[in-house]
Amino acid sequence: MARSIMPLIALLFAIPGVAIAAGPGASLTLRDHQFEPSELTVPAGQKIELHITNSGAAPAEFESADLKREKVLPGGRTVTIYVGPLRPGRYEFFDDFHPSSRGHLVAQ
Amino acid sequence: MLAVAVIVFRETLEAALIVSIVLAASVGIPRRTAWVAGGVGAGVLGACAVAMFAAGIESAFAGIGQELLNAAILCLAVLMLGWHSIWMARHARELAAEAGTLGRQVAAGTRPLTALAVITAAAVLREGAETVLFVFGIAASAQDGPAPILGGVGLGVGAGFAAGALLYLGLLRIPVHRLFTVTGWMVLLLAAGLAAQAAGFLLQADLLPPLGTQLWDTSWLLDQDSLIGRILHTLIGYIARPAGVQVIAYIATLVAIGVPMKAIRRVRRTAPVLLAVIVIGAAAGLGPYQATANASTFQPAATMAR
Repeated sequence: MARSIMPLIALLFAIPGVAIAAGPGASLTLRDHQFEPSELTVPAGQKIELHITNSGAAPAEFESADLKREKVLPGGRTVTIYVGPLRPGRYEFFDDFHPSSRGHLVAQ
Repeated sequence: MLAVAVIVFRETLEAALIVSIVLAASVGIPRRTAWVAGGVGAGVLGACAVAMFAAGIESAFAGIGQELLNAAILCLAVLMLGWHSIWMARHARELAAEAGTLGRQVAAGTRPLTALAVITAAAVLREGAETVLFVFGIAASAQDGPAPILGGVGLGVGAGFAAGALLYLGLLRIPVHRLFTVTGWMVLLLAAGLAAQAAGFLLQADLLPPLGTQLWDTSWLLDQDSLIGRILHTLIGYIARPAGVQVIAYIATLVAIGVPMKAIRRVRRTAPVLLAVIVIGAAAGLGPYQATANASTFQPAATMAR
């Protein structure tokens, strides 16, 4: 049984831009105006400690009306915000300074 | 250039709308223009300082410096809006009667000029700091020189000002005897919305419990990121997916400012109601005031924000 799901898990990690966050902490990196991963899966119904790293030198602003969060990300820093407990669903976030940089938090 | 203009416009718009309401709500108060202009100036200077120390503010207080600063600025603005509302409830009639006869002696008592300046400075500082950060960020990586950036900033700020001027001029078309009723409501809703935003920042820093992460979702009806969504977010505190604690902060602020406002107006008419009003005002007003006070005890002294 365990053996049969191993390839599935491997496949999951092989899909670019999809990550499974283990436990109530999760990380995002903003690199060249792209969020990595662009889709971050977190457990629903739990408070999540979200770490966001801005790897560039220019400041950015993490913003999400869906999550009701906004925080300035100084260049080269990692900031922490708390989100949730979330209902299952997709929550969009973006860099307010480069609104084309978008990503999703998926609670399940 | 257009991309820069759009982002600068969005940030400017919020501050411009707040300044317009403050200006319309204070028609007839002598020297208010100078105080509001002073508030804008102080806000711009503060915004530059905050942007300069953004990294330091971010790491202050174990990483929640930004949230604390924002919540503190918002709570201060809410207190000042409350003070202004209650002052206006006392003096609106005299001001309406004297509007047009500029510079005449307005009723004695502390005029809320400091309040006007502080509200303006708070609005400009909060939105301005983001604008400064954004502009310096792109200026550092710009390849075509500063002209397109400066053009975009000018366009964005100009459009924000125009939107504010439109709101102000629209409000001034309201007959003067009704103007203060309208602006009174606008100030009340503005204050409640800012209180809900402050609660949001404390929630983000994990200093308040959500009491329901998402009480409802009206984003299908009006997306909070749309232009109208953003305008209503500023004017009346529209939140598409509010947390329970934000709704509580909103209602508590409405009650804490609205009840004394109504009470003062009523006292002017009927003295016997005075006692009842004080009792009701104390019961309904003090509870929420304490809640607000708790939130503001997190205020860091002088360090701060975004």
